Amino acid sequence: MSDSSQLDRRAAVAALLRNRGDTLVVSGLGSPTYDLHATGDRDDNFYLWGAMGGAALMGLGLAQAQPAKRVLALTGDGEQLMGLGGIATIGVVRPRNLDIVVIDNQHFGETGMQASHTGRGVDLTAIAAACGFAATGTVRSIAEVERLAAQIAEPADGPRLFVIKVVAENPPRSLPSRDAVFIKNRFRAHLGFAAA
Amino acid sequence: MHSPQPNLETRTSDDWPSELYRVLKAADVRQMSYVPDAGHSQLIRLFSADRDVTTNVLTSEEEGVAIAVGAWLGGQRSVLLMQSSGVGNCINMLSLSAIGRFPLLMLVTMRGEWAEFNPWQVPMSRATQPSLEAIGLKVMRAETPEDLIETVEAAAALAYESDQQIAVLIGQRLIGKKKW
Repeated sequence: MSDSSQLDRRAAVAALLRNRGDTLVVSGLGSPTYDLHATGDRDDNFYLWGAMGGAALMGLGLAQAQPAKRVLALTGDGEQLMGLGGIATIGVVRPRNLDIVVIDNQHFGETGMQASHTGRGVDLTAIAAACGFAATGTVRSIAEVERLAAQIAEPADGPRLFVIKVVAENPPRSLPSRDAVFIKNRFRAHLGFAAA
Repeated sequence: MHSPQPNLETRTSDDWPSELYRVLKAADVRQMSYVPDAGHSQLIRLFSADRDVTTNVLTSEEEGVAIAVGAWLGGQRSVLLMQSSGVGNCINMLSLSAIGRFPLLMLVTMRGEWAEFNPWQVPMSRATQPSLEAIGLKVMRAETPEDLIETVEAAAALAYESDQQIAVLIGQRLIGKKKW
């Protein structure tokens, strides 16, 4: 079942976010957090270092609070697999400003590269489609990622989930602050909210 | 001490979910998420009918913890409703609220502690308060409708004004015996 990709994850995430504008981004623990930081540290990034399974749902709460902004949950296959139920929860409320992008290397990269479900026939896009997502898709090349970036910049009728298949390797870590209070206050200040 | 107090008291006791709704609206709660419990059913109906509040039905309770964190990041207050069995599902996700000092208000209806007919509710009932405290939440309890309203008012202030993570446990004695 393994449909492997030769796409480099850092190049893919850089192409995805090159013209992100004022999109708010939440990254799932492990490599997606490092990938997001590697594109440049920003006030409108929130990096998760734990809370596995929570990235897309944190994106949901944020999208509901900020309906005029686009929100992107950038996560990995393992992280999203732990949050499968959340795809149903998001599908029920159908936020028009939330996208989930799964950087899918089909492995648990942070813990020794054990194979995950997505290389064994489990298709996150099919799950999202069955949960009523407005659009889903899988991409495997930089040209496709660039088209995807243009697509997610456009308005949507509901939540969207896309999978970017990447090669299973761990590039050098690019480490953001692990101080969640600092990142929280910085993010909120960006949106105009005073720190407590 | 005679009329009209007894009448008022009866009304408050019977209609504590409406009072809870009023308290949470006064605290400017804009998002509510839940896994249902019979004890929360009226409060769920009131919020679901409120166009100023976004309501999320969850597949598992920890989803609501992550939603509450995202809501706060985006400038909104949220409340999470569940029964005590759902607390066990939340534990790892609560590390996010704790480490980020994100305001959190959970209202937990207790099962397995008072006239419970289902023994399967008992183990998690016993574990509810210790496991919440172990992950760093402040636990408050209410056993009467009057106490519940006051407790939730105080808990909301502690959560949203002082960045605390609070679970209010609603005693099963208050909710009453489940009818079959």
